[in-house]
Amino acid sequence: MDLKELYQEIILDHGKNPRNKKKCDGFNKDAKGNNPLCGDKVHVFLKLNDEKQVEDISFEGEGCAISIASASIMTEIIKGKDFNVAKKILENFINMLKEGSKPSINSLSDNENTTIMSLSGVKQFPMRVKCATLAWHTFLHAAEDNKKVVNTEK
Amino acid sequence: MDIKEIKSKFPIFTNKVKGKKLVYLDSANSSQKPKAVIDRISNFYSKEFSNVGRSMHSLAVTATNRFEETRDLIKNFINAKFREEIIFTKNATEGINLIAATYGEKFIQDKDEIIITELEHHANYVPWHFLRKRKGAVIKFAECDKHGEVSIDSIKKLITSKTKLIAVTHVSNVTGTILPLSKIIDLAKTKKIPVLIDGCQGAPHIKLDMQKLDCDFYVMSCHKMYGPTGVGILYAKKKWLDELPPYQGGGGMIDEVKKDEISFPESPTKFEAGTLQTAEIVGFAESIRFIENIGIKNITQHEKEITEYGLEKLKKNNSVSIIGDPKERGAIISFTIKGIHPHDIATILDDDGVAIRAGHHCCQILHEKMGVPATARASLGIYNSKEDIDILNESINKCNKIFNN
Repeated sequence: MDLKELYQEIILDHGKNPRNKKKCDGFNKDAKGNNPLCGDKVHVFLKLNDEKQVEDISFEGEGCAISIASASIMTEIIKGKDFNVAKKILENFINMLKEGSKPSINSLSDNENTTIMSLSGVKQFPMRVKCATLAWHTFLHAAEDNKKVVNTEK
Repeated sequence: MDIKEIKSKFPIFTNKVKGKKLVYLDSANSSQKPKAVIDRISNFYSKEFSNVGRSMHSLAVTATNRFEETRDLIKNFINAKFREEIIFTKNATEGINLIAATYGEKFIQDKDEIIITELEHHANYVPWHFLRKRKGAVIKFAECDKHGEVSIDSIKKLITSKTKLIAVTHVSNVTGTILPLSKIIDLAKTKKIPVLIDGCQGAPHIKLDMQKLDCDFYVMSCHKMYGPTGVGILYAKKKWLDELPPYQGGGGMIDEVKKDEISFPESPTKFEAGTLQTAEIVGFAESIRFIENIGIKNITQHEKEITEYGLEKLKKNNSVSIIGDPKERGAIISFTIKGIHPHDIATILDDDGVAIRAGHHCCQILHEKMGVPATARASLGIYNSKEDIDILNESINKCNKIFNN
């Protein structure tokens, strides 16, 4: 296990300067997520249009570098995607962290691939996987109008 | 006192963590176990095991004797007046729940008030919250100041004719604050209010004398006292044990059972339903012996020395902010590092073999009060040395290198 793989430049950058960390204008869906053991909290705001495209996505919250960076990276990658594509990316991302499989999404640019792969080191730190997945699960709740607060301990 | 020699009694320290020497700074969470305790459990199962207090055969007699010997050892360890005042529970949490359920059932009515503090662990809040929901009790929080202190006045001003219980921690598991228990208990006595002490962070570190302290209830967590998991102790003054109804119902806690009526024996049997953690309780006797062989006062003194060294060292480290600054502090230092979340600190420290805890430490009320969502916590046991603090400090510098480069 290597700390350098966990705390890569991209992650440190997103952790310190998170993108889309605000309430986005005109959001029509939102959901909250908690990690009750750590006290991490995230609130995802989503603007999903009639064509089921993610027109805008943002988040607010507090947490460790991994959870903030992951939320920030998620918003960057998912913005502009069709919901079905976004869902596929999410599934691949979770599989990458849990099983170590490489995300293989044709719709991701090289740059997006590099960014999402920067979180692959988290797999080696099982206690931190929940930090990295919290925002993504919360995005899904928002998109599917699931009013339940995401709880990493369930 | 030879700390190296004492540390050598703990097998866990012969293992490496990520190829590094283990620096264990998480004893407030759970302490490590000496070999004598581990061996005792194994030997008990190999040679003496049977259920206690039920069968007539020789093994049952031996097992019962060993089990009850632990009760006697604890009675002496905390200087309780009667052995019946020692009740085994599954943990300290269950001890508080037992009092909340039984005392609450009999003595708490709608609008009655329970005073706790903003320092409390969730274990000394949630059980009272149940009572709030169930019986309409009112929970009042004595304020803690920016140093992490709870003054006697902050408790005094909350007391009314409706106050039915004061439940406070002995030592805060975040700020390390040692509460002025004698003053609190003296005050409560003038108003005839019973006092419950959450002693999880007190019992492993500070000499206890129940007759002198004169509280009504005191709960302990054996796994924080170099003992096995699954065992807690509830000390309760005899007069309460006679008055309180039973907690859980089941085998072992009955006197006579008929189709239309059941009668119950006296304490401790009345409160110990079902088969308990027999081997763990027998094993815990070795934990008490371990502590007594070193001497609890020597443990206090050693940990104080290391805590002071740690405070001095971390205060010099400009990136570190220490949470709370109480005058009387136990073996706990919680801190934050500018620009680095405590979870990230914990992961980086772990890479150096340094085990700390990060999060809200089951004290969300206190963290909200202190204005931080989470903290990193280094907590000590008898096996820690100044060298451990030096390694912690170096590892903190590494956090800064990774994050604030």
